[in-house]
Amino acid sequence: MIEISKVSKVFGSGDAAVAALKDVDATIQENEFFTLLGPSGCGKTTLLRLIAGFDHPTGGTIRLAGDDITYLPPNKRPVNTVFQNYALFPHMTVAGNIAFGLEMLGQSKTQIAETVDKMLDLVQMQALRNRYTTEISGGQQQRVALARALAPQPKVLLLDEPLSALDLKLRKEMQIELKRLQSETGITFVFVTHDQEEALTMSDRIAVMRDGHILQVGSPRDIYNHPVDRFVADFIGETNFLTARVAGKKVKLTSGDVIAAGDVSRHGEGAEVTVAVRPEQVRIGEAGAKGGIAATVNQTVYFGTDTHIHLKLGDGSDLVARLQSPPSGESGLSQGAAVSVQFTDGAVQVLES
Amino acid sequence: MAEFGRRKFSATALPGFSTVAAITFIVLYAPIVTLVIYSFNASDSVALWGGFSAKWYGIAWQNTHVQEATIRSIIIAVSASAIATTVATMAALGTTRRGKYSGQTLIYIMINQPLMVPEIVTAVALLIFFASIKVATGYTGLIYLIVAHSAFCVPFAYLPIRARLEGMDLTLETAAADLYSTPFRTFRRVTLPLLAPGIAAGAMLAFVISLDDVVITEFVKSAGQDTLPTYMLGQLRRAVTPEVNAIATALLCLTVLLLTLFFLLTRKRG
Amino acid sequence: MSTSLEKQRARDGWLLSAPALVLLVFAAAGPLLIVATYAFLTPGDYSGVVWDFTLKAWFQVLFERDIFDDSISMADAHLSIFWRSIRLSLLTTILTFLFGLPTAWFIATRPAKQRAAWLFLITIPFWTNLLIRTFAIMEVIRYDGLLNKALLGIGLIETPLRIMYTDTAVLIGMTYVYLPLMVLPMFAAIDRLDIRLIEASYDLYATRLKVLTKIILPIVRPGIIAGSILVFVPSIGAYVTPRVLGGGKKMMVGNFIELQFGAGRNWPLGAALSLILLLIVSVALIFYVRVSTRSDSDG
Repeated sequence: MIEISKVSKVFGSGDAAVAALKDVDATIQENEFFTLLGPSGCGKTTLLRLIAGFDHPTGGTIRLAGDDITYLPPNKRPVNTVFQNYALFPHMTVAGNIAFGLEMLGQSKTQIAETVDKMLDLVQMQALRNRYTTEISGGQQQRVALARALAPQPKVLLLDEPLSALDLKLRKEMQIELKRLQSETGITFVFVTHDQEEALTMSDRIAVMRDGHILQVGSPRDIYNHPVDRFVADFIGETNFLTARVAGKKVKLTSGDVIAAGDVSRHGEGAEVTVAVRPEQVRIGEAGAKGGIAATVNQTVYFGTDTHIHLKLGDGSDLVARLQSPPSGESGLSQGAAVSVQFTDGAVQVLES
Repeated sequence: MAEFGRRKFSATALPGFSTVAAITFIVLYAPIVTLVIYSFNASDSVALWGGFSAKWYGIAWQNTHVQEATIRSIIIAVSASAIATTVATMAALGTTRRGKYSGQTLIYIMINQPLMVPEIVTAVALLIFFASIKVATGYTGLIYLIVAHSAFCVPFAYLPIRARLEGMDLTLETAAADLYSTPFRTFRRVTLPLLAPGIAAGAMLAFVISLDDVVITEFVKSAGQDTLPTYMLGQLRRAVTPEVNAIATALLCLTVLLLTLFFLLTRKRG
Repeated sequence: MSTSLEKQRARDGWLLSAPALVLLVFAAAGPLLIVATYAFLTPGDYSGVVWDFTLKAWFQVLFERDIFDDSISMADAHLSIFWRSIRLSLLTTILTFLFGLPTAWFIATRPAKQRAAWLFLITIPFWTNLLIRTFAIMEVIRYDGLLNKALLGIGLIETPLRIMYTDTAVLIGMTYVYLPLMVLPMFAAIDRLDIRLIEASYDLYATRLKVLTKIILPIVRPGIIAGSILVFVPSIGAYVTPRVLGGGKKMMVGNFIELQFGAGRNWPLGAALSLILLLIVSVALIFYVRVSTRSDSDG
């Protein structure tokens, strides 16, 4: 559907030049919910604006359904955007906003009325159709922005952090709503966010970006369970990092304990590697348990549903375990208690770099 | 401790400030109110109250000098504010939202120049300049006044339009382009409607400024081209009758009306 | 590519601004150059100029030549007009400040809902015709005006005061007409003042006087400077108010300039005086830009 090849973007010139995108390659499939995820300044919004046509790349090409659209102006691309601040026209009504794109495409009055009607139903805004967009709530504005961008039936819908202005509860609702709209309309969604949880819940595939590069592309499960590097592992969810050396098909931690880890074949015997393990994959047992790593409890932090146990291993390295809070709310692990730690099978990942 | 205990602490209270403020408001309004009251004076004097009457409004209304000056004032103010607002709108579009470019400061200074030069200096400059054109061409119509008024109205029209443009969300135009709108249609359907309150406000300020002008008009006008303010200035040399109060009151009402409209237009939404 | 975009931006900017610039060059800035030229020419017999270059107009600003014995002496009348203009303008600035600061403070400390209404009350006189306001204050201070009636009524004076056609009348008039120009920028500055700063200084044992001098005045300073310039500049160039309230006798520079173009029939002298007035205003504006940019970098 969308092929991005060798796309780079430099802002400014001379000494003040800043490279926002560096030779980015990506392919977005038809009917896919594709998410660009990364911290602010990673280039995700820049990439979105290049796909929308609001800006032109310094190098590289962007193809849509086989056609080169790199330098096509935004009003000539079958691509619509839901803006971060919605960018609803304050001097038009809800219906007027939704009709705008259709009018610009030169559709007939009856055709426009029909589509607007359908869109209002789709986002459940029929009752407020004649209100001005300044007179409706943030969540409602969000729906209008969606309807307005979907009305011309674009090949691709671009969403620039559209949920960031909403409160937590509304955000959760809209996440489900967006997913529903995507499957109902069958339109390709390209979604930009810095919220890893949002990315994990909604996407078919995620591209994790940093400093103008795409670090990893994959399904949410892929990315969460097999992060390519420390940055991805750290950015998506919480992770423990431990230093180890390759020992046969296992790894030997600096604490001296030997544990099973993912594929170590790429690293030579004795090579230093970083292994990652998610806190929820850490099991805590009684001290001295067979196959366990000796640790002491440093601190317990109560989070409601979860309790985080901060542990110290024999060599002084830190490890966090996440346990479901028991009904009493007391984990029974007091500071200084000696325990043993085990990892769930397949939980320990060896990072590529 | 008693003297601290009872009085409510207020961080913003300063002794005597409210009293001076009250005096200021009274001093500001007492003369204006007096002027309005005496416009309804039945006697011929502006000093002695002879009972309530609206007769001076009738007399002013019947006065052909006043009639002609009024029409002239309105023609000039309408033309000047239309011209000033048009060029100011274009200039505002040319000086905002497009990043820095060379000469921008110069344009900005040029546009605001009438605010910096004393009116009397501009007035004599125009007197000299237009006098030579009048001699050369023999034409002495209202155009000179309209051009002069248009020029000094430009900064007043420019400021609210520029403010409105700077406050305008640029993504709205991006959104229009995203929704298949051509640049021209974006300007007509999005930019212009959103700019309209600023343009209206600018036009209103320009109208009021033109209507109020005394100094430049006094120097630029040819014989028999009195506007309402210059007519009033001429009358002040003679024995003043409440007729002047009546004209002043009418002008005052018009100004207040336009200002109220201006405030309603520029008031932030929501 | 970025440089060509910049060029296009500059070209579009200039093109869009062009109509305004043409109008302003033709009917505002351009004619000032003619004034500058006329200041170096010889006066014509009845009015206008003769195209003979001379510095006589500038000489006349400061000196006069006796028509009988050709002796040269300082032009006291001219100097006193300049001195009166500067003195009255400074006094006007001070008076408007003394009335304006408490007023601006009062408005800025009203509850948010009332504030717009109080501000509107200041704005109405601001936009009301200067001539009408001068006329209104004239009605109050004249011999048989409201002020004398009130003072006689409460027995403070026994004979009415003769205020009209004195420097005092001009001073009262200018203070009255230019007061809103002082209040508005000071209000804007006070409005930005964070009330918590005052609370913090009271919390740190400051007295009211210390709060005023150490906190409020320094923070409001840009507004005070802007207000002072906004009052001083039109005061020094005032024409209508001194003409109406000072009569023909108590002239300010503006009236004196007009005289040269009217009965005085000395256009070059009028042009030279205009340039001097322009110079005084420029100095005031440059001083303002200097001071205000400095206080920006302070904060």
